Amino acid sequence: MSTWRTAWLIAKKDLRIERRSRIITNQVVPFAGVTMIIFGFALDANTDVLELVAPGLVWLATMFSLLLLVQRTFSLESEDGALDAMRVAGVDARAIFLGKAIGLTVQLLALEVLLLFAAVILYGETIRLDGAVLLVTTLLSATCGLAAVGTLYGGLAVGNSGRETLLPLLTLPAVAPVLIGATRAVESALGTGVAELSDGWQWVSLLTVFAVAFGVGGSLAFGPLIDE
Amino acid sequence: MTRSTGTKATRVMGIAVIAAMAWLALFALVLSPADVNQGESVRLLYIHVPTIWVAYLSFIVTAVSSGLYLFTKKHSLGWDRLAGASAEFGVLFVGLTLIVGAMWGRLTWGVFWQWDARLTTTAMLFVTYIGYLAVRRLGGTHQQRAKRSAVLGMLSVLLIPLVHWSVVIWRSLHQTASVLDTDGDIAMDDMMLFTLFVGVVAFTLLYAWLVIHRTRVMAMEDMVEDSALETALAERRAEGVAR
Repeated sequence: MSTWRTAWLIAKKDLRIERRSRIITNQVVPFAGVTMIIFGFALDANTDVLELVAPGLVWLATMFSLLLLVQRTFSLESEDGALDAMRVAGVDARAIFLGKAIGLTVQLLALEVLLLFAAVILYGETIRLDGAVLLVTTLLSATCGLAAVGTLYGGLAVGNSGRETLLPLLTLPAVAPVLIGATRAVESALGTGVAELSDGWQWVSLLTVFAVAFGVGGSLAFGPLIDE
Repeated sequence: MTRSTGTKATRVMGIAVIAAMAWLALFALVLSPADVNQGESVRLLYIHVPTIWVAYLSFIVTAVSSGLYLFTKKHSLGWDRLAGASAEFGVLFVGLTLIVGAMWGRLTWGVFWQWDARLTTTAMLFVTYIGYLAVRRLGGTHQQRAKRSAVLGMLSVLLIPLVHWSVVIWRSLHQTASVLDTDGDIAMDDMMLFTLFVGVVAFTLLYAWLVIHRTRVMAMEDMVEDSALETALAERRAEGVAR
């Protein structure tokens, strides 16, 4: 079976489990929603400020949720030693990496759309039609990068005790370029503050390079990282 | 089995480090003049610049020895220990750089921290390698530790340019009008430049001395762990025989 075919099967399996278990809809999405509300408390519900920083808050909420999603997606694999079983069965580590990353990408994209709506409703953000292409490209490229980093370090931090706490320490510094880039690009797409639409594209190129670098680097490094 | 990490060579080196540090103190605190603009606070730079130089050096050593571990046939644990020891001192020296830099910034710029590209990248470098050190402590066999951390060491090499790139465009877009000159381009007189050079030499020697000892300590730790396992196995076998 080809690597991509295996990856696709793993992604489909993950998404099916999530659809049936409803952990994401019952826990992660509400968590992300609560985050958006408490950001409002922290910034004293000042709508001027909130509107200005909304893109950053959306991405922060996404990254906190990413940590939960990564833990969730790898706890599926560590229960009953599923990950080891796949490795023993001769499944290519690159396929596991790509499959998990694709599954995460889909989940994150859905979450980001919901968070953007929350920003519109709670923070008074407006979505402009002329920024739509930039917005969609940013979401796609940023999410691929986030999913690649999350999968890579998730595989390392999975399972054994004391490793779960390692995940945020490894992941958050690594996704810092995505936080910076995606926030600026979304600001440009939404026209927040003084951001110009044309400024956004250089960030998209950064996000794309990041996604490709960690996609390729991750699929090569994943095998050695999870081998026990 | 050796009982100490010191050899004749390292003792000579240690004495050289002490001498170089005394030399640096003499030049930095007594012989070099105070700066026209920065006053006495310029003396902090004689620590600040050498420590960041040593930090960069140690992360390069970590990356190179991670690569040597991964891509040589022998997969020698020596490279892994060198990478680990070097990263430990890299983190230590970046930490020192940040602390001394913040003190200098407070005296010269009036603030501890500036969201300038170089500072931000340095802070990210610091946390990234703290993560690397945490991964080194995950446990498993020595070879597992070595493989995991070597891969992570190589990934950090991938990450740092991306972080730097992102903060550079971030700050160039959002450069606030600032009265503070964060370039650090200061016209220096020869005495100051020479003092900096002394600092770099002294701290590089210190780094080399520390890394040699730390690498040897790590080798001893590995040996102790291995021998503990063998002892335990021998005890269990002895129990079997006694029964």
